[in-house]
Amino acid sequence: MSTETPAGPEGGLSADQAAELLDRIEDLESELAELRSEVDDSSNKMVIIATKGTLDMAYPPLILASTAAAFGYEVTVFHTFWGLEILHETNSKALKLSAVGNPNMPVPNVVAALPGMDRMTTRMMRNKIADNDVASIEELIEVSLESGVDLQACQMTIDLLGYDEADFYDGVTTGVGAASAFQEMQDADIQLLI
Amino acid sequence: MSMDVTETLDVKGQNCPMPVIKTKGAFESLAAGETLEVVATDSGSMSDIAGWAESTEGAELVEQQETTDNGDDVYKHYVTKTD
Repeated sequence: MSTETPAGPEGGLSADQAAELLDRIEDLESELAELRSEVDDSSNKMVIIATKGTLDMAYPPLILASTAAAFGYEVTVFHTFWGLEILHETNSKALKLSAVGNPNMPVPNVVAALPGMDRMTTRMMRNKIADNDVASIEELIEVSLESGVDLQACQMTIDLLGYDEADFYDGVTTGVGAASAFQEMQDADIQLLI
Repeated sequence: MSMDVTETLDVKGQNCPMPVIKTKGAFESLAAGETLEVVATDSGSMSDIAGWAESTEGAELVEQQETTDNGDDVYKHYVTKTD
């Protein structure tokens, strides 16, 4: 038969075909290396959306955020609506607990709705927090910021509630919205709404 | 049991999540081969610090002890930096 096209050993591939395959293997190898480095580089990330501003609900986002940071996670907490109160330097020290609609409280709703009851239940809770060596909200904000947690205050809610950037703790990120929060959630391994 | 402790972190009187967060902070300043002793009164620190060490590269939980100090329960943790 014709010997014009030099065949490879065993008469399999032509030199051109072999070169093409080698190129293809090289491409695949570099693509694989790229994917591998992407997977390795993706550091762990958690995003929490904090929406509540009562004394009891201020704790979970801050405790989880600071703990995740200790586990080496990159953490963002996006505070929106009443969650903003947690970052408000003055208001965060006066967060309240409501006994109304809370069946875990030792008073029935009709009593809980009386004037002054929120103040009383809040004082009870604050005493319990102090008695059990639980950190204050202020302390948790401090350690969170120190551990590199990005505490963000939703700009739309700042405007809505008539707050000023200066009202928030030093180190709090302002000027952020739903899109930036969503973008961070896309990259995160854990996303929580609290 | 005697342990070659480089540094001691006292988190007595502090509750969750502080023992873990402070442990992480003190652990970072260790050099390879050094051991941190963490002294806590939070009973939850037993599982919390164990979980933290398991998930943290270079941290090895060598030992945990439950003791009492003047009638208070005290939990001691020994974490070594392996690299």
